[in-house]
Amino acid sequence: MSTKPTAYTPHPMEKRVLLRDHLGVDFTQLENYLSHGGFKMWQKAMELGRDGVLAEVKASGLRGRGGAGFPTGMKWSFLPKDERPRYLVVNADEGEPGTFKDRYFLELDPFRQLEGILIAAYTINAHVSYIYIRGEYWKSKAVTEDAIAQLYKAGWLGKNIQGSGFDLDVYMQTGAGAYICGEETALIESIEGKPGMPRLKPPFPANIGVFGMPTIVNNTETLAAVPVILEMGGETWANLGTPKNGGTKLVGVAGHVKTPGLFEVPMGASMRDVIFNLGGGITDDREILAIIPGGSSCPFLTKDEIDVAMDFDGLKPVGSMLGTACITVMAEGLTDLLTVMQRVTAFYQHESCGQCTPCRQGTGWLKAIADKMDEGLGEDEHIDLLISACNQIEGNTICAHGEAAAWPIRSIAKKFRPQLEAAIRQRATAHGYVAKPLAAHPAA
Amino acid sequence: MSEPVAFSAATNTKIAELLGRYPRKQGALIPTLYLAQDEFGWLKPEVMQLVADKLELPLASVLATAMFYTMLYKKPVGRFHVQICTNVSCYLLGSDELMAIAQQALGLAPGESTPDGLFTLEAVQCLCACDRAPTLQINKDDYFKVTPAKFKELLAQLKTDGVKLGPPVGWLADQHHAHA
Ligand SMILES: Cc1cc2nc3c(=O)[nH]c(=O)nc-3n(C[C@H](O)[C@H](O)[C@H](O)COP(=O)(O)O)c2cc1C
Ligand code: SF4
Ligand code: FES
Repeated sequence: MSTKPTAYTPHPMEKRVLLRDHLGVDFTQLENYLSHGGFKMWQKAMELGRDGVLAEVKASGLRGRGGAGFPTGMKWSFLPKDERPRYLVVNADEGEPGTFKDRYFLELDPFRQLEGILIAAYTINAHVSYIYIRGEYWKSKAVTEDAIAQLYKAGWLGKNIQGSGFDLDVYMQTGAGAYICGEETALIESIEGKPGMPRLKPPFPANIGVFGMPTIVNNTETLAAVPVILEMGGETWANLGTPKNGGTKLVGVAGHVKTPGLFEVPMGASMRDVIFNLGGGITDDREILAIIPGGSSCPFLTKDEIDVAMDFDGLKPVGSMLGTACITVMAEGLTDLLTVMQRVTAFYQHESCGQCTPCRQGTGWLKAIADKMDEGLGEDEHIDLLISACNQIEGNTICAHGEAAAWPIRSIAKKFRPQLEAAIRQRATAHGYVAKPLAAHPAA
Repeated sequence: MSEPVAFSAATNTKIAELLGRYPRKQGALIPTLYLAQDEFGWLKPEVMQLVADKLELPLASVLATAMFYTMLYKKPVGRFHVQICTNVSCYLLGSDELMAIAQQALGLAPGESTPDGLFTLEAVQCLCACDRAPTLQINKDDYFKVTPAKFKELLAQLKTDGVKLGPPVGWLADQHHAHA
């Protein structure tokens, strides 16, 4: 008789301290979370005290998992030492195209993040925390709301948590379909009930954040790592990764691969191994055409640029970044790069909040040029026009949405010029422009 | 003249609870707009005014926020809101074919609704389940690894369900209203 497997066996290159291997255990139920060691780290946090927890988080080298990799311990210590109320804001607005990591915690293991929230709020002495969940994540919202209710009922939220004397209220807030609200100051505006338009920095949220008060904004995965760090000790966590890049990282592989999915590896794992060992290799054993390393805001990579370490510094040599560490693989023969470029330009144009001219107009230009190429009216010089538009967006905007829009397109224009030139000709032919000279350069 | 609108007692209770979560009333605006939308189907002008009165905010603030967010509906949405992800990973795995199937089966272009109020079709951005592409969402339900065959079946099922359920409440009046 065969028995049902109770555990998943990860690939040897995985190192799972955040992802669970248990099958059939429902971790959305508090009793199951508790019976598997949940909330033990709250006790430890009480023993360590605020300074003790902060020291462990600093020693861990944990860097923000929202994409920018800012050291978490350092961020927490930037709060001004004054009497104003503080807020902890959780960025669960996962929306970066290609990304699917925070969804895991939000749907399947919500208490992991909530335990992190309790410990972080205690450490920074915040008594209110807002979890901002992407509007389209209906299941995540339902699970999180239910998890919060379970915690209140069991005395893990509210006044005098577990007799500690510490009070914390956690509220779920939901986005409403605007990607830009993932940017922390837009997210703050959105919690305040306003359009999600990013604020100029400084002042930074640590000083003037939500409702004008000192605010720490952290990503879901960042907070989910906090209890694990306390459990193993900051130094042990740090040693799992590479220097300056402590711990493990959730990584995703999607697109043209044989076994797409979400995995967990030590920081610094080889991108090639992640794609081939965890992602199972390329569909039909084809050649790689292009790779997006961590969400579509990252510059694209060629097939020769994937021998890099997946950490916040490892992608600098190839001019890209780790981003959200969820990889999109595009195979030769199955991918039309011009269509990909169109989808990317359309996304950033649609999601620009519109308050800076270079971003609002520039993303419009990028989209218009890509569309023109698709309509068969492209010329090779339009590729240079793309690069020029990207250069004029970069560095000239309030928030990093400008760069997020410009970097991937510039990388396509520079690294994949032959493919774009071929696509321009293919589209012209397809639209019946063969015999005619190509349309004139659009008026600037 | 449009008919007067009022929140149900249950919604009023929820709004009162929401207001306790924020130091300023405007904090409750987006959650309240969601509640209003659940109750009235979409945010018609008199509903915006109702929310403004309820939260003691200028109508302009309510409008500015409502206009910014795509999931706050400024026009009526059909019984089944079919939202197909057309971003990169889903494109790579066949979302264009799904979109063509939906357009054909429903007779709609993205952004349009059927006159009977049963379907609204939309192309949406990455739903962040790319490892299970192609993806789509119908109302609040996710559909992952959608094949053309499964999608055709699903649409046929929804058409049958739609006949039983009918359009959302007030669809005809709202249609007229929206174009007035
Ligand atoms: C356009 C844009 C979109 C962003 N989207 C997200 C997001 O969806 N989730 C997230 O955690 N951070 C996002 N960020 C980064 C946040 O601004 C912020 O750095 C992060 O939430 C900080 O948390 P961490 O230090 O834990 O990483 C985005 C930034 C930009 C510029
Ligand atoms: S860069 Fe773009 S998204 Fe960011 S504030 Fe400016 S216009 Fe808005
Ligand atoms: S591209 Fe469709 S879910 Fe990400």
